[in-house]
Amino acid sequence: MNIKKLTFAFAALLGIANAAYAQTDSTAQDKMLSEIDQLNGTTAPQSKRVYATFKGTYVQNFQSVENLGKGVFQTMFMHRFGKVNQGAYEFFGLDNATTRIGFDYGITNDWMVSIGRSSFGKMFDLATKYKILAQTEDDRMPITLSVYPGLTFSTLKQPGKDWYKDVHRLTYFAQALIARKFSDNLSIQLMPTFIHFNLVGGPTDKNDVFAVGIGGRYKLTKRLSINAEYSYMPPKQVVTTKVYNGLSVGFDLETGGHVFQFIFSNSRSMSVPGYVAGTTDTWGDGGIYFGFNLSRVF
Amino acid sequence: MKKIIAAAVLLSTCSYGAFAQKYFTNKGVTTFFSSTPVEDIKATNKQTSALINTNENSLVCVMENTKFVFPKSLMQEHFNENYMESDKYPKSSFTGTYNKKIDPNVDGDYNVTVSGKLSIHGTLKDVSVPATIKVKNGQITGHAVFKVKTKDYNIKIPTIVVSKIAEEIQVTIDFTATKM
Repeated sequence: MNIKKLTFAFAALLGIANAAYAQTDSTAQDKMLSEIDQLNGTTAPQSKRVYATFKGTYVQNFQSVENLGKGVFQTMFMHRFGKVNQGAYEFFGLDNATTRIGFDYGITNDWMVSIGRSSFGKMFDLATKYKILAQTEDDRMPITLSVYPGLTFSTLKQPGKDWYKDVHRLTYFAQALIARKFSDNLSIQLMPTFIHFNLVGGPTDKNDVFAVGIGGRYKLTKRLSINAEYSYMPPKQVVTTKVYNGLSVGFDLETGGHVFQFIFSNSRSMSVPGYVAGTTDTWGDGGIYFGFNLSRVF
Repeated sequence: MKKIIAAAVLLSTCSYGAFAQKYFTNKGVTTFFSSTPVEDIKATNKQTSALINTNENSLVCVMENTKFVFPKSLMQEHFNENYMESDKYPKSSFTGTYNKKIDPNVDGDYNVTVSGKLSIHGTLKDVSVPATIKVKNGQITGHAVFKVKTKDYNIKIPTIVVSKIAEEIQVTIDFTATKM
């Protein structure tokens, strides 16, 4: 009698256990998900590259660490209008616009070349950008490091100057771009810059100029960010012209294949030697140039 | 008496069933295709994992969103940054069951309906999808084509690009799983 009861109880328990096992079908499948993880060894750390540190290849005037993908072609239309303090007659600077048209091409995912021409100074520019280090998600590489060397060639006529040779039209520059994406929204970049002028204004001006830029972006929505940059050039390098440090602020709007960048800056030039060592206006005097960068990717 | 105990012991072994028959691959292919009059967008993920348990009729598929390859790198960047938000939702997955008993030891073709939960962009939805399962030479091949609405998974498409991205995306999954 007792043994019968025990056996019956045992069988009943087994029945309950079996029923419970049958009901946990969905958790059994969730277990299969973790089983897949183990089979793939995805618990092992994978150093994935951080992407989209900036929305485009420019911070404002300075280049960003972003490159074009391999085989990608980009056109740049860049405008800087005249100074806001020019007043209503000049429509607050909108009547005086300078333009840069540029073409960029990605040779590899980490190496791109650029060519462009600015109407301000009738200047051609040629440059290349190469990514040496890429920030990874697990922070094994905490920064992205790119180099950006290039040159500018001024085609302005220089009447009456017999000594002026083509070599005087050339200026060389090299920048290191060191950036870190701190979060989904915040990226900051440091840009130490070296410029070599073949021709300078006077004997007290240095042919070799050092400066450093700092900039960043803060993403407000998936497609909109505010950007800012500051270019600092230590004194006693450009002496015969009164030059100032440059401050630019603006916002980026990204729409599919375009990035619109709206910029307010006291730097008028869009070339490296110009915006680093040739800024002759100040925010305090209302010497603010409104402009935009428009990129289109093919 | 002894018979009862023997029966109980027999029952206990039966209720746990035979050892699991599991089939696995991590080289499955998932493709999605969006077609509008303005633009066609196609992306392929060749690292889809699938795990089948033929004892329980269960099927689980999972893939990393960043492993979808697009013909244009900017498309891929936008997919991960703006649409899929792969930083927040690194994987898409399906967990569910199919409605016919499959004998993995006998070559055969089965038209089945797979039902379960599809997880995309952090959103879980119940789906029921027709699929074909083939058994050949001890391998199980699965093939399914179905449509997914971006709205159902909270994938936001801004008005400015709405003409370029379809509201319904066609998804194709193919895999060949081998016995573990």
